[in-house]
Amino acid sequence: MLSLEAAIAANRFGLGARPQDGAAIGNDPRGWLDAQLTAAARAASPPTTQQPASAGVLLKFRDLRVARQAAAQVRASFAQGQRKAPPASANDGGNAPPASPGIDEQAIKEFREFVRENYIAQVNERHRRAIESDTPFVERLVHFWSNHFAISADKQLVGPICGLYEQEAIRPHVLGNFHTLLLAAERHPGMNLYLDNTTSMGASSGAAELARRRGRTLGLNENLAREILELHTLGVDGGYTQHDVTEFAKVLTGWSIGGQIGQRGLPGGQRAAALLGDPGKPGEFFFRPIMHEPGDKTVLGQKYKERGVSEGEQVLARLAVHPATAHHLATKLARQFVADEPPAALVDRLASIYLKNDGELVPVYRALIAADESWKEPLAKYKTPQDFVLSTFRALNFVPERPETLIPFLTEAGQRPFTPGSPAGWPDTAAAWDGGDALLKRVEWAGAVGRRVGDRRNALELASAVLPTSADERTIAGIRNAESGGQALALLIAAPEFQRR
Amino acid sequence: MMDRRALLLTSLQLTLLAPFARLANAAADKNSRFVLVILRGALDGLAACAPYAESQYHNLRGPLALGAPGTEGGVLKLDGTFGLHPSLTNLHALYQARELTVLHAVATPYRERSHFDAQKVLEAGKLTPAATDGGWLNRALAVMHGAGDTRGAVALNDTVPLVLRGDVAVNTWAPSRLQNADEDLLARVRRLYEAVDPPLASKLNEALDARAIAGDAANGQMGGGSQQPVTPLVNAAARFLKSPEGPRIAVIDVGGWDTHANQGGAQGNLATRLKGLDAGIQTLKTELGPVWADTTVLVVTEFGRTVAVNGTRGTDHGTAGVAFLAGGGIKGGRVVSDWPGLAARELYENRDLKPTIDLRRVFKSVLAERFGVAESALERAVFPDSANAAPLEHLTA
Repeated sequence: MLSLEAAIAANRFGLGARPQDGAAIGNDPRGWLDAQLTAAARAASPPTTQQPASAGVLLKFRDLRVARQAAAQVRASFAQGQRKAPPASANDGGNAPPASPGIDEQAIKEFREFVRENYIAQVNERHRRAIESDTPFVERLVHFWSNHFAISADKQLVGPICGLYEQEAIRPHVLGNFHTLLLAAERHPGMNLYLDNTTSMGASSGAAELARRRGRTLGLNENLAREILELHTLGVDGGYTQHDVTEFAKVLTGWSIGGQIGQRGLPGGQRAAALLGDPGKPGEFFFRPIMHEPGDKTVLGQKYKERGVSEGEQVLARLAVHPATAHHLATKLARQFVADEPPAALVDRLASIYLKNDGELVPVYRALIAADESWKEPLAKYKTPQDFVLSTFRALNFVPERPETLIPFLTEAGQRPFTPGSPAGWPDTAAAWDGGDALLKRVEWAGAVGRRVGDRRNALELASAVLPTSADERTIAGIRNAESGGQALALLIAAPEFQRR
Repeated sequence: MMDRRALLLTSLQLTLLAPFARLANAAADKNSRFVLVILRGALDGLAACAPYAESQYHNLRGPLALGAPGTEGGVLKLDGTFGLHPSLTNLHALYQARELTVLHAVATPYRERSHFDAQKVLEAGKLTPAATDGGWLNRALAVMHGAGDTRGAVALNDTVPLVLRGDVAVNTWAPSRLQNADEDLLARVRRLYEAVDPPLASKLNEALDARAIAGDAANGQMGGGSQQPVTPLVNAAARFLKSPEGPRIAVIDVGGWDTHANQGGAQGNLATRLKGLDAGIQTLKTELGPVWADTTVLVVTEFGRTVAVNGTRGTDHGTAGVAFLAGGGIKGGRVVSDWPGLAARELYENRDLKPTIDLRRVFKSVLAERFGVAESALERAVFPDSANAAPLEHLTA
């Protein structure tokens, strides 16, 4: 069985032990974690499949979406029997069967499949890496920061790129400086679309003026600015005001995406295109001066001269090393890796290390590993549904042939991949996940896994490879006395020592 | 337009807003049921119930403004000032049958604009978001249990939302498509939990009880996620509330109200969501049958949204908003509001509808009038620091 510290390293800092991990961890769990924080260790965990770039996916998605909307409109007018839309060709009329001539069923189907295929491919890539990883602490950090800078696939516009956002904006930076990570996340089209910044423009900007001439009033959307302050940096008690939110929103106007993506509201046509200027690289971050609010802005008491895109970069740079940000990030890291109610002294220590290192993240992780508080309580945290599932497959040491089969259970358990449903991301305390109905579903799923693979596994041996030495003898006895291999495996997966970490 | 207070504060409403007087005598009906619907993401109160007759309304709302009653896509008239969003046809019918009260310009004591903190204040029932050790509805249950009334509660969710967290055990239920675990495995897991991890054991037992009642209420429906249709949850809630042994209180969460961009007017994103909510309430009434007469439904959200349309045809985080109170036994057919109006000088921080009724007054009223929770307990145990938020009188009874 795993020593207490080995179990904490594998489970609370990682994604659960594989049978062979005990040997790798040996009697130096802290060293095992520390070694994962080097570039060499990360190179050993490459992607499992080739992923496309989000820019290309966004462009294709945009075109399919336009075609589908046109098709849906035709279908709607058929359904109303109005025949307003083309084509004019006669038909038997009445209630429209799905195959009515003129409705581009192919466009509707293609759109749906494109969204589904991209979503599944990206979820599968995430799950495969997590199950196979030799650097599970780093995978946890990727998940942690991806959730800190959460976007959610239930917003249709970002649905097909949630995983690519994680690959492009989060993963490369989790062992770097927070400022770099922050900039990458806020500049990414996924974030820009999710928090509505692509359409936000200064009320005095050139774009708003163009719109006014056409009788439309367009202007600010403060969503991104507020969530950067509240969720990504200072934290809700970080000392900013509504005025700071509004001014920061002005600073961020123009942060957008190249090509015609997500810019509803901008005038169309060739003449307008000439006025709008360079359309940027399609699908990639692009600053549109014409949408930017001109003039100086004041955020958190500091004046920022009119400098286009660099105003936002300056504000982010300042936010990244703000003491409130340090405290906010330290609290979240300690809550994630130590306890639902993180020890205040530990949080203070992590925050001061963060500030001393100008936002470098690895020293903070090292402090977390070195902290006595991290190694005290063996089962201080309750697994999220995702980590419950991933740790099950790590224990079984195999990746399902079609990993998408995991999605229905995760949905049932309240954690459909990439859909936290809010920019706050998934919660990570027991109270948010330990409801009775969710627990019953875990037990049912454990039963299903047992039925599926239990006869090919020795649950007792697995238990001794993945559970801590502190596991209750009645848990082990339950597994030993099960009536079948399947039931034994189900009891292992359902065991309290497997639900908690 | 008439002076707004003369227009809105009828003598009846003045009574409603008067300080609370006779709660201890209110006879609580042992058959009372309560459904709390929490709309997460901040419902736009001025779209759900529009002050269509106010001149500023159309200027400030621009493309989001709804038309006058009787026009195409216009509001469904409530009175000379307010109309419901055209998606809310069932709620409008309830209003006409005196089974719906609209509460406007309501807010929790929270005055910042974070969804997450606002929801904490709404659910914890305390003054600041820092206090999240439990929810007001759970504390109310504890008071009722102390008085010998052992009714229970269920969250139509995989896990218990903050409003129902606390000392009293609460059921959870959400639609499931998983194959049931076999009886023998379940029995073994229960024994294991009882021996090794009693907190898990009690949660598992609660869930098994809940499932026994809910049966296949929403068989084949998807559960989880933040933006699921309301109807399957409502179907299950009705099953629970009708069951003689079942809970008398249900909490339903519905997400997806954070309409920062392209919110739409009579049609569009918000209109579609409102239609779902409207259908859900109607389904609840239908499914409850005669029990609807004993049921009070309260629909609330964490805060309202900006009065003016923002630059992206949506609305940003605001302050006061709307709440709906529905049920067979309530004194409905009214808009209860100390309406501040939309004039610039009346806006909160120059941008939001000004809060004039504390939502805790509404919560207190329901607990007092429908469940007989004494005023002293409401102030001491359920809503600490709420002396200045007396229950609204005669809201439901």
